Amino acid sequence: MGMTISEKILAAHAGLEQVAPGEIINAKLDIVLANDVTGPVAIQEFGKLGINEVYDNKKVVLVPDHFTPNKDIASAEQSKILRGFAKEQQIEHYWEVGQVGIEHCLLPEQGVVLPGDLIIGADSHTCTYGALGAFATGVGSTDCAAGMATGEAWFRVPESLKFVFHGSKFQPWVGGKDLILYIIGMIGVDGARYKAMEFTGDGIRALSMDNRFTMSNMAVEAGAKVGIIAPDDITMEYVRARAKRDFKVYASDKNASYEKIFDINTEDIPLQVAFPHLPENTKSVDEASGIKIDQVVIGSCTNGRLEDLQITAEILKGKKIHPEVRCIIFPGTQQIYLEALRSGLIETFIEAGVAVSTPTCGPCLGGHMGILAKGERALATTNRNFVGRMGHPESEVYLSNPAVAAASAIRGEIVHPREVVK
Amino acid sequence: MAKAWKFGHDTDTDVIIPARYLNRSELDYLAAHCMEDADPTFAQNVKVGDIMIGGKNFGCGSSREHAPLAIKAAGIKVIIAESYARIFYRNSLNIGMPIMECPEAVLGIEAGDEVNVDLETGKIDNITKNTTFQARPFPQFMQELIKAGGLIPYVKEKQKHA
Repeated sequence: MGMTISEKILAAHAGLEQVAPGEIINAKLDIVLANDVTGPVAIQEFGKLGINEVYDNKKVVLVPDHFTPNKDIASAEQSKILRGFAKEQQIEHYWEVGQVGIEHCLLPEQGVVLPGDLIIGADSHTCTYGALGAFATGVGSTDCAAGMATGEAWFRVPESLKFVFHGSKFQPWVGGKDLILYIIGMIGVDGARYKAMEFTGDGIRALSMDNRFTMSNMAVEAGAKVGIIAPDDITMEYVRARAKRDFKVYASDKNASYEKIFDINTEDIPLQVAFPHLPENTKSVDEASGIKIDQVVIGSCTNGRLEDLQITAEILKGKKIHPEVRCIIFPGTQQIYLEALRSGLIETFIEAGVAVSTPTCGPCLGGHMGILAKGERALATTNRNFVGRMGHPESEVYLSNPAVAAASAIRGEIVHPREVVK
Repeated sequence: MAKAWKFGHDTDTDVIIPARYLNRSELDYLAAHCMEDADPTFAQNVKVGDIMIGGKNFGCGSSREHAPLAIKAAGIKVIIAESYARIFYRNSLNIGMPIMECPEAVLGIEAGDEVNVDLETGKIDNITKNTTFQARPFPQFMQELIKAGGLIPYVKEKQKHA
């Protein structure tokens, strides 16, 4: 019996020839990740185990990105715990403010996560690394603590759902964000609960790495354990420039079994907007046209990469943000920020009237740097639009790709980019 | 008197404990803000031993363990839902927060009902409506995990006897 890419990675890390959905396995971990919110709780639990050292100081990764640069005394205390532990354990992959970026943009960029890896992270969007052909999934702080101590974790081998995108032609401005929102709208926020999503077909092969990261990032928004894409030439080109250790590339067998296969025509997918308060509430941008907005947020682990900023600049070039809109852009990492600066994107943003922030998770989770007041409405390129996600429980978040967000920031209401770029 | 608190489908971790309170991780602080954006009266009025009812996909969203920690610290004895999001399910067991899947009980229990739950057998009695439901009892491993108070004390306990 053939295996899927997810099954192969899990089997290899459990020292097994074969695994099947439903099987519980114990597997060796390549990377264990935590941040400034989940890390301190994990460190506290780690301390209770009575173990002095993490299993491998090159494989435990700590990223202070959520409330940094620290927004208040309490969050500064949390970061201090993370920093202290990183120093004490001589953690190789720890970045201080000034070098740090949003974890799921930073780790692939720095070559810390690679194809074929088995990764757990105390952050639900750890599934982003599926875009590299890694099996990566979010866990809580206690699982993370056990992983830091032992380098192992137990997994239930998930059933796989295959999403085949037929055709490599896209509607104008459509990108990875629209493909994943379209899927979530189709199957719902629990449509892939406990399962592995596998994205494939000509439509996926035509996507850049930045767009693939966006897709895998939001797999958890359908309840999935991972959103995986088998490596191809585009993956290898991205990875070869960054990898500092060996890695293995896996692909699904032709006779692998899937719980369900979804066939989608790439060209049928219009620009998507997810309405409050669930990512599954998707409509085409034309159905959202005219909805007034107070704030636009472009960035996050979903859409804070260089290509996202390039698309944004293409739309904002020579134009002004609507006077009643606050537009905030968050480059995902310092390197992305620097490249955007050198290629003139930052200048375009500032001339348009955008606030450009240092990399941080910031307002995506209602942390800081752009919190909404009661009754306010934001259009964001982030991943969640739950009640109170970006601030007051009576505020609203709509989700879209960067092109729709940038065009809407100019117009002051949700609009198709063709209305702004003539 | 164990009272039922009822919440809907896809109750997400941002509603269970909003991120604006994640700058700290003390249990009493988390408990004081538990469910705040869904029901601002919950934290003040919940009593130790009360139960929480959810719909499908309870605990979806973020991986924050603060979510089941907040519910446990608020005094909730058990959560009964139609289904759970993956990370929340795992986190709950890891911290020793009992959770059950029982769609019939979710339909048959209203907010404010008096409910008695036997964690060992999975028997759920709605005393107000005089009805009984049967959830699947926890496997032995999970019962021990919950009894020990979560994964870390459970692992330590096992190490002691190893």
